[in-house]
Amino acid sequence: MADPFRGFGAIFYKEVLHVRRDSATLFFSLFIPLIQMFVLGFGIDTNVRHVNTVIFNGDGRRESRELIDRLANSDTFHIIDYVSTDAALNDAIVGGRARVGIKIPVDYSDRLLHNMSSQVLVLIDGSDSSVAGQAINVTTAIGLDESLRRVLTNRGAMAVDMRPKLLFNPDSRSPNFLLPGLTAILLLNVTTFLTAFAIVREKERGTLEQLFVTPVKPFGLLLGKLLPYFAIGFTELCLILSCMRFIFQVPIHGSVLLLAFLSLPYLFVSLSLGILISSKAGTQGEAMQLAFVTILPSIFFSGYIFPRETMPLFFRILSYFVPASYFINITRGIILRGAGIQHLWIDGLALFAMGTFLLVVAARRFQNKVIMA
Amino acid sequence: MPAANQPAADVSISAEHLVRRFGDFVAVNDVSFHVEKGEIFGFLGPNGSGKTTVIKMLIGLLPLSEGSAWVEGLDVRTDAESVREHIGYMSQKFSLYDDLTVAENLQFYGRIYSLPPARMKQRIDEIVQLNGLAPYMDRLAARLSGGWKQRLALGCAMLHEPKLLFLDEPTAGIDPVARRELWDLLFELSGHGITFFVTTHYMDEAERCSHVAYIYYGKIIADGTPAELKQIPEVQPAGTRRVEISTPEVTRALRVARKIPGIRSATIFGESIHALVEDRYDLPDLRAQLLKNDIAVNDIRPLTPSLEDVFVELTYKHQADLEKSRG
Repeated sequence: MADPFRGFGAIFYKEVLHVRRDSATLFFSLFIPLIQMFVLGFGIDTNVRHVNTVIFNGDGRRESRELIDRLANSDTFHIIDYVSTDAALNDAIVGGRARVGIKIPVDYSDRLLHNMSSQVLVLIDGSDSSVAGQAINVTTAIGLDESLRRVLTNRGAMAVDMRPKLLFNPDSRSPNFLLPGLTAILLLNVTTFLTAFAIVREKERGTLEQLFVTPVKPFGLLLGKLLPYFAIGFTELCLILSCMRFIFQVPIHGSVLLLAFLSLPYLFVSLSLGILISSKAGTQGEAMQLAFVTILPSIFFSGYIFPRETMPLFFRILSYFVPASYFINITRGIILRGAGIQHLWIDGLALFAMGTFLLVVAARRFQNKVIMA
Repeated sequence: MPAANQPAADVSISAEHLVRRFGDFVAVNDVSFHVEKGEIFGFLGPNGSGKTTVIKMLIGLLPLSEGSAWVEGLDVRTDAESVREHIGYMSQKFSLYDDLTVAENLQFYGRIYSLPPARMKQRIDEIVQLNGLAPYMDRLAARLSGGWKQRLALGCAMLHEPKLLFLDEPTAGIDPVARRELWDLLFELSGHGITFFVTTHYMDEAERCSHVAYIYYGKIIADGTPAELKQIPEVQPAGTRRVEISTPEVTRALRVARKIPGIRSATIFGESIHALVEDRYDLPDLRAQLLKNDIAVNDIRPLTPSLEDVFVELTYKHQADLEKSRG
């Protein structure tokens, strides 16, 4: 029986020649993702700090100044102005100068001294939910703490003392959280685009048609075209991980080897997706559009930006069909939590299954729509 | 497969009652023809008439809906893989890798056909000599002119020594000199015993073929040598002859000529009119008829029909038949 991979060597060698001759494309496909990484890694900080705050202190005595100091020292609030009317307080928030407005009433100190409850008004701009949430949490906590200290005048111990401890990312650094996810997106970008383009280019030139009338077998053809881009994708992964580790100082708690190993099925999925796109697209422009269609769900439904747990049911189900969901689970698992193969094998298996499925669908589409068209 | 169906040894392609349907649409409708070894077979027909579909069926890319086909003694229904080992194919586009050099393109196809290195080197040398590619070996294919690209494409398609080459509109879009040179090359290769299956829209190329077939809406309506086709009764009905009328005012003359009873058809060819005239006029009569209608006539000569005349007549007749059968 004939070799089912016939033509593999010839196509592989030719593809390497293409890549070598077009070094600009190679350069851009390797370095553009790194530039994206630098922009996102340095530019975005999802931790809420230094929220612009205005204060209307109607009291002005020692107790009220102590409260203001405690708010300022929390690192969450950055006091930009003191006002003296309700209207000015309101205006600062409506006008966007401040996100939070705090009003301390005239009788704040008096009521405290008479062991009565003092109310402090906290106005919060709800247009950014993460800022609002953080502001509510911190003001509530400070209020509670202030109350307890006044109730426990004899300096007795607190009945229940909650001591939260952040595991894995103790400083809540954004790059630690963002970059492992970003790795998945960037890798998908590079490999899917490169494969789709490499095949669609042959369609445009008419050389694909020429190859179909030679004894080359479909497996030999696809594998020969895929492997060089598989290698480029893997190089890209190593570059991204090195930058993440040594420039952004994100520690990798788990095994780098395991990460490299589990990235193979993910690369496989991305490449198969590229082939599927190329079986549909007739021109490089069309391929570009289709590739974007696959990139968007990977950004929004994979847990990269929004946690999958809080999505509406429909999108949560959708997220199970997005390959990046599994790979983000793998990268965050290994890099941040030090997870091992016993925790992640199912994600790797899911990716492998998806890749196989996509490859079979792509090969069938090729047979029916491209060769016989 | 019953050996009885197998064509004789000197037949390169044998197509018997080929049918190809796409859903309800019949793209190829009961097509039969034979191509002998060493022939240059011209396969003609308007765009969308089924030419490429027939080629795809013969090289095993499209399964046959009905009928059978043998290519170089192999049944395409069961041996499509082996068929592809024995044929070469060159499409209308220049299917080369622009960013590879001439040598790299040739080597690539050598590897595709699994030629051993020594054999590959020998074949490349032979082809380079035959096609005159030697000065361009290190040049990128993108920087060759149309004619040279086509010579390279032909070289790539015949590296594995196929006995049969399919050329799908090989001369579309290249200049007349390159076109003639490519045909000279085809004749030379044909002299070495290679069979060519060529599609073209150029009538002068069709005239050069040793055997032509004309396909129209999925059916073959003419099949034979160019000389044979010019003799068939639909083209040269009994009691008629073809004449060439030279006149200074062709457009007006055409309008008048079409109204003269006894002129069955007339069409403009450059400075003259080609007409199919009933025998009841001899040439002086015809001249008199035209002069009576105020047409100055320089010369009237008898004319043998061209292949274009053949295909035009057959197309008209076939269209009329189709309309009749549709009611």
